[in-house]
Amino acid sequence: MADEEDIILSELNDEELVQQMHDDLYDGLADEVVEGTQILLDRGWTPYDTLTKALVEGMRIVGVDFRDGILFVPEVLMAANSMKSGMKILRPLLAETGAPKMGKMVIGTVKGDIHDIGKNLVGMMMEGAGFEVVDLGINIDVDTYLKALEEHKPEILGMSALLTTTMPYMKVVIDTMVEKGIRNDYVVLVGGAPLNEAFADSVGADAYCRDAAVAVETAKEWMSRRQGTALAAG
Amino acid sequence: MRPLLIIACGALAREIGWVVDANGLDGVDLTCLPAELHNRPDRIPVEMRRKIDSNQDKYERIVALYADCGTGGEMDALLAEKNVERIGGAHCYAFYAGEDTFNQMHEDELGTFYVTDYLVRFFDRLMIKGLGLDRHPELRDMYFGNYKRLMYLAQTDDDALKAEAQLAADKLGLDYTYHFTGYGGLGDFITDQAAKG
Repeated sequence: MADEEDIILSELNDEELVQQMHDDLYDGLADEVVEGTQILLDRGWTPYDTLTKALVEGMRIVGVDFRDGILFVPEVLMAANSMKSGMKILRPLLAETGAPKMGKMVIGTVKGDIHDIGKNLVGMMMEGAGFEVVDLGINIDVDTYLKALEEHKPEILGMSALLTTTMPYMKVVIDTMVEKGIRNDYVVLVGGAPLNEAFADSVGADAYCRDAAVAVETAKEWMSRRQGTALAAG
Repeated sequence: MRPLLIIACGALAREIGWVVDANGLDGVDLTCLPAELHNRPDRIPVEMRRKIDSNQDKYERIVALYADCGTGGEMDALLAEKNVERIGGAHCYAFYAGEDTFNQMHEDELGTFYVTDYLVRFFDRLMIKGLGLDRHPELRDMYFGNYKRLMYLAQTDDDALKAEAQLAADKLGLDYTYHFTGYGGLGDFITDQAAKG
């Protein structure tokens, strides 16, 4: 997508700049994404608009092309790194300016598994969508998940696994939540390369998320369902 | 009709050929799916189904030399549907090293990246180029940052491959360890299946 000619970002109007940032994000050009982010802020854009219209939308396009087999994992990771660089500037500003909060998610890779690329992408995209994300890291056992649920009181628990041998641990966590009578207090989303919807159903999760974009959409849908239920109950 | 077809992962072709030849298993044929499918595990059952369907009229029996390989149980569901037996284990590391030995290794160091003769031989193509590290070396720690060591599970005692494996560990910034497995469960599976006739 990159143009051969040098483009001076500061000379572009807002619409052109946002479009160029989508292209730069697609091409994994972190420095350019950071520069574009700063220019939009300097022009008076709110951190929230900069995040959603420039970075998140750019990453959404990357996600669509990944799903369609146009982009592959390395390109997605380069794009994610670029978004992360932009978010580094925006994160403290978002907190200051009171950007809308969608909810809170605790997320971690299950016990026995050290793979975190997918989990990190989900965490980043959830954060970009306005969720507060508590990332527990990798190789997380059931006690650590439960402690985090108690401590952080999220609406959503996310579990990730890359290995066929580790994904059954999700059932251990969910079964323990059932035993303790807290299963229905949380929306449980699961994901990872070897998973599918049938597996998610079989372990008692609320939904399987095939990629980060789907995770965000699913989380939003469940949050609005819960809010609807709360309103109806109120 | 021929007696037995092995449908295998391309990463095992050389080793299977060696076992078949060394044991003079004339009635055993081999066909493979591309090893690169491991980067898209969702495609493995699709391609396996196609392979079984196009061969089932030509063979008395078909067996699969494939592990689950990240298909999340879909491989087993397909093979059960098609009545095709497969070698046990979640991945080739387990059937080379033996399930118990592999589990112990994994428990000893969770952050172990395993390679076999095949992966050592084609490390640059499959890992460095396949993961885009030739174009984006800065991604190395995103892929391998949680790993501590590379373990070479060797099918053959080959000094040149050992040196390549050491180099692969260096490229990924990991400690290097070596464990000789020979053909492990792979050899036993093939000879047992051939003996069934």
